[in-house]
Amino acid sequence: MFNTVDRFGLISIILHWLMAIIVIGSFGLGWYMVDLTYYDSLYIKLPFLHKSVGIVFGLLLIFRLVWKVINVKPTFEVGLSRLERLAAKTVHWGFYCLMALIVVSGYLISTADNSSISVFDIFQVPATITSIPEQEDIAGLVHEYLSYGIIGLTVLHASAAFKHHFIDKDNSLRKMLGIR
Amino acid sequence: MKSNILLATTLAMSLLVSVSTMAADYVIDIEGQHASVNFKASHLGYSYVIGRFNDFSGEFSHDSAKPGESNVKVIIQAKSLDTNHAERDKHLRSADFFEVDKYPVIAFESTSFKNGQLVGNLSLRGITKSVALDVTKIGEGDDPWGGYRSGFEGEVSLKATDFGLPDWVGDVAVSLQVEGIRQ
Repeated sequence: MFNTVDRFGLISIILHWLMAIIVIGSFGLGWYMVDLTYYDSLYIKLPFLHKSVGIVFGLLLIFRLVWKVINVKPTFEVGLSRLERLAAKTVHWGFYCLMALIVVSGYLISTADNSSISVFDIFQVPATITSIPEQEDIAGLVHEYLSYGIIGLTVLHASAAFKHHFIDKDNSLRKMLGIR
Repeated sequence: MKSNILLATTLAMSLLVSVSTMAADYVIDIEGQHASVNFKASHLGYSYVIGRFNDFSGEFSHDSAKPGESNVKVIIQAKSLDTNHAERDKHLRSADFFEVDKYPVIAFESTSFKNGQLVGNLSLRGITKSVALDVTKIGEGDDPWGGYRSGFEGEVSLKATDFGLPDWVGDVAVSLQVEGIRQ
């Protein structure tokens, strides 16, 4: 369940892969839904799904950061240079910042007119900040460009994982897959 | 030389006098928000979407004795559109509709006014077309704060495709209520 010094616990592994799927899936969904025509039968459903998943993702992110703080961090693979360690940390914190900012900017688009966001019709997230001039447009641009950014970072992160697995043949990818 | 100056002064004076006997100039009361630009479009044929432009300015000249000499100029900031729904407003400002980055201003300038019909050029989305508004005068007179005002209402039905908007939008009813303060 919890992390140890040499491996990730089940919760960390599930959080990592679930959120990876949501990042890539929501990007694809968002990319697709903005070009739907008004008379498309998915015109209402897909944005509803995108927003619901986005709010759940925000809650997962909060839990993930809490989980990170109360868990030990598995040590780096031996033989990693200082530069590699710094790069890994930078990319990880880049992910956390981008994930948070993408959720917040998306929230600010839909709540700019003081309306709340329905999460799977189960609960509502109320509007808070509504007074930024041209809020929905600015938040929309931020949401769009940071989303391209997080996909770029995902490609970089996955490439590094494959490099460590196939070229360096170390345990970094195995640790995140829960394989010894 | 002296007589020339006298002549010039007399001419200038008479010019000033003739200007002031022409139609009075009014500035639309934006500060007090006694003016609005609204639109109404069909939603699926079942109801209407009502919207407005919040940021605009304008002026008109009008003399009740010679209404035919009236003229009007209104400049609307396209991005100020407001249908009370942020996601829809964002979409309306995009290239699918008003494309406000490229066409920030909607402008109307009248060319003639007779029999309650105000004809003028409307520029929207880079397209300028002559349109005719049905205008009714609402009222005119002193206000309680030392000024003088007159107000009008104008209505026109515009075809969305005439201005490069999607054809499924259909006809859009535009109405303006403007109250001017005499300068």
